[in-house]
Amino acid sequence: MKYIAVIFLLLALGTSGVASAAIDAYPFPSDEQRNQYNGLIAELRCPQCLNTNIAGSDAMIARDLRREVHRLVLDGQSDTEIREFMLARYGDFILYKPQLKAGTIVLWFGPLVFLLIALGVIYRMVRRRKSQVAVLNDDDQARLQRMLSK
Amino acid sequence: MSDGNHDVRIDSSDRSVATNGGVNKSLLIPLAVFVGLVMILSVGFNLEDPHFLPSELIDQQFPEFSLNELNAPDRIVTHKDLKGQVALVNVWATWCPNCLIEHPELMRISREEGLPLYGINYNDESIKARQWLVRHNNPFQFNIVDDQGKLGIDLGVYGAPETFVLDANGVIQYRHVGPVTRRVWEETLRPVVDLLLSQASQSSTVMEG
Amino acid sequence: MIVELGHFSLILALGLAFSLALLPAVGVYQRQPRLMQMAGSLSAGLFVFLLLSFVCLAYAFWTDDFSVAYVARNSNSALPLQYKMSAIWGAHEGSFLLWTLIMGGWTLAVSIFSRGLTLDMRARVLAILGALTIGFILFLLLTSNPFDRTLPVFPADGADLNPLLQDFGLIVHPPMLYMGYVGMAVPFAFAIATLTTGRLDAAWARWSRPWTNVAWAFLTVGITLGSWWAYYELGWGGWWFWDAVENASFMPWLIGTALIHSLAVTEKRGVFKSWTVLLAIFAFSFSLLGAFIVRSGVLTSVHAFAVDPERGMFILGFLVLVIGGSLLLYAIKVSGIKSEAGFDWTSRETMVLVNNLLLVTATGAVLLGTLYPLIYEAMTDGKKISVGPPYFNAVFVPLMLLLFAAMAVSPTSRWKKTPIAFFTQQWRPMLASVLIVGALVFFLGSSFSGVVVLVDAMALWIVINLVRDFSSKVANKVQKIPSLFRQSMSYYGMLLGHVGIAVAMIGVCTTVYYTEEKDLRMAPGDVVSLAGYEFRFNEMRKVQGPNYIADQAEIEVLEHGVRQTVLFPEKRFYAASRNVMTEADIDPSLFRDLYVALGEPIGGDAWAVRVHYKPFVRWIWFGGLLIALGGFTTILDRRYRAVKQARQTSAASSVASNSASSAAV
Repeated sequence: MKYIAVIFLLLALGTSGVASAAIDAYPFPSDEQRNQYNGLIAELRCPQCLNTNIAGSDAMIARDLRREVHRLVLDGQSDTEIREFMLARYGDFILYKPQLKAGTIVLWFGPLVFLLIALGVIYRMVRRRKSQVAVLNDDDQARLQRMLSK
Repeated sequence: MSDGNHDVRIDSSDRSVATNGGVNKSLLIPLAVFVGLVMILSVGFNLEDPHFLPSELIDQQFPEFSLNELNAPDRIVTHKDLKGQVALVNVWATWCPNCLIEHPELMRISREEGLPLYGINYNDESIKARQWLVRHNNPFQFNIVDDQGKLGIDLGVYGAPETFVLDANGVIQYRHVGPVTRRVWEETLRPVVDLLLSQASQSSTVMEG
Repeated sequence: MIVELGHFSLILALGLAFSLALLPAVGVYQRQPRLMQMAGSLSAGLFVFLLLSFVCLAYAFWTDDFSVAYVARNSNSALPLQYKMSAIWGAHEGSFLLWTLIMGGWTLAVSIFSRGLTLDMRARVLAILGALTIGFILFLLLTSNPFDRTLPVFPADGADLNPLLQDFGLIVHPPMLYMGYVGMAVPFAFAIATLTTGRLDAAWARWSRPWTNVAWAFLTVGITLGSWWAYYELGWGGWWFWDAVENASFMPWLIGTALIHSLAVTEKRGVFKSWTVLLAIFAFSFSLLGAFIVRSGVLTSVHAFAVDPERGMFILGFLVLVIGGSLLLYAIKVSGIKSEAGFDWTSRETMVLVNNLLLVTATGAVLLGTLYPLIYEAMTDGKKISVGPPYFNAVFVPLMLLLFAAMAVSPTSRWKKTPIAFFTQQWRPMLASVLIVGALVFFLGSSFSGVVVLVDAMALWIVINLVRDFSSKVANKVQKIPSLFRQSMSYYGMLLGHVGIAVAMIGVCTTVYYTEEKDLRMAPGDVVSLAGYEFRFNEMRKVQGPNYIADQAEIEVLEHGVRQTVLFPEKRFYAASRNVMTEADIDPSLFRDLYVALGEPIGGDAWAVRVHYKPFVRWIWFGGLLIALGGFTTILDRRYRAVKQARQTSAASSVASNSASSAAV
């Protein structure tokens, strides 16, 4: 059995980070903990892979990290504490949800700024056009009259 | 519920009229944004290898651990055993092809460069590891058995081989990812080691292990 | 020999592309009709040689010619034939040859179906398409030649196609996607051509609409297929990861959606002329940006082709030239355009403006998130950061909710000004939707989720309004059935497209909130229950495939003791590439998927097994296909058929069907 496991291990290394199912049969005493675990492993990035979370990779490091998350969850650690654990060892790279700090203000508030600019543009464009509605209707009327009278 | 689409449509074919100011400035905004975008993308070419991760543990104490030694299964080694002098810690395994590639250079470093080399046998089987060392020779003062990979995780290891440079206090000063070749030693590791050695000899306080 | 013929053919195509870019353009500026007319035959010639080139590469794959480097890297003698053929576009060089061939195809199509265009305009458009094709062919010949030989080395066999790609998905996803990506070049060419004339009238919108709708529909199909493929292939039940390459296809789609709406307004109302031109430039720009992201290696992704900065530089240079040039031309030519007809806050024009700006904002957000790791690394001198699904979902979903709310009222709003009563009466369909959805959730016994009720109610609100509008158009007529045919195909296209969005919304929301999954250890004989189903692991067996051997599990699914289906997930080992792949097995159904995948063997004869219950997940792709169908339907509209037909019927039908058929979007 171990022989086969080692073969799979070697074969997994032979792949170039191709995503494959990474299925562990970890037991959980409660559904909350299972959900916590599933949520965290989806949020943590595999440090070795080409953009996969540790849930979706069967790279060795992903497997080890899942084991750690499982251990920490069973230990009663909170999401924040587990993220801190990972951050201390692997840095910002390992979190798919970037933390809000000085370097990510533009990232998190950018879309809101875009939205406000967009709303501003809508406001300006419609306000400018609105004033022309009455005028043009008069023009339209005049033309219509002319056409109808021909 | 008709939609009232009965208005006379003014098919205005607007001619472009050159205004006094020439180009309307606000129309250049898309172009300016595009130029910014291109600059960001060009930056991408000058950046490091996208697979490279800088270490989070620089300037921090080596993580605490208490694990078996590879060749003396009764002996326990801890983080304290790494202190005392400037040293290299190398993460390796028998399943790692690059570890075999860098091995001759590690042998040379242990012989000629006069600093201790400690090994972490990462996610491996001890029997295989011992055999490997017998076959390829052993440059390490001792080898830490990290068969679960937990010490590796504490170190932020994401793939073997990795090599850490420690100062005499056991503080991590540098991490190299990938095989250590002669060139890597000369250009990257040796300058760090030399700097640490010169700093250590300059300070007059004796460090306790 | 054939391979060299293919290479030579590509060079000839380059010559034709140059001719197409130059001669008709000269004809336009020298007012020489004959030169302008040459655009048609040059387009045909260009397409023929591109096709020949492609066929030669296909031949190399067919005959297992491993002396061709590209074939050696991506094929294998044991590879099943359909994958040998689709391996042509399985990696960078060949897929870009496909891209270029499709460009030739669109160019030819434009040259054939351009009866409504003036000779001058047709020449301009085709010349621009030809100029773009020069860039694509040069890229192939200079940096990505699929015809390079491996000689003097001759591999005994190829390295094999990545097992993940040995799938139906590879056969359909890239071609559909490229049809969409490349198709955006057509409205782009129309927009640039219009700018060069110095006259920005609404005619260009009328000409561009069918092309844009079809290209956008193809892109929709491509993205939908990609999501579906990832779902059943990757083994963890996900269907969208906001990966850089996925975003690269999604951004042109978002802009494309804005563009099709904006073109409609410009054609019908003559407003937003310059804004629509800008959108057309953006749409193709994002296609090119997408190509850059996928092929330059600047951003990491599982989907990206091999890293090659040289290619990246070329594409970036091409981007600068094409987009920079277009935006500069835009700024120059659009300056001084007088403003156009007016409209009120409550008008459909405003609604489309809201649609456009929300979509552009969403695109900006996705672009920001995709490029941020680069920006951050440059800013902090080397520190790495990741921006993944949690960010994109947090930023994208609220914008989409705003858009959906607008979508509920927009298609039935009126041009110029909609009576306020229309908006205030919306509380009725809104309330009805919430009540119906709430009741459904209650009776189905599902756990309550505010978000699901909100989103599903919005989807229902959208559909209710569409149904009301449709039935009012048909109800007013004495003869119901004929009036069905009196509605324009554009209108039906709009209905399908919007209903498709509602369906996809429901799918996304329901599956995200009500998915259940378990990963556990199972040995033969074990049973696990999930979501009211029982999964029984019967046995494990070894199976031999064409180029793999596999461990296959037999898992029986029961509901209340009654056998529903049997699933056979596999763990495959491909000999040639030494890859191990999980092949999940899925029992699909309209209202739920049951999904089983194998992990590793764990001690004894037990295995790690994953079992998923995914409700309504098929609605996501079903919705996507409806949307695409909507796009395709619009080109059946009778106004795109022979001009004389329209003139004959216009007089007769204008009185009778005025209020019915003129309600097209």
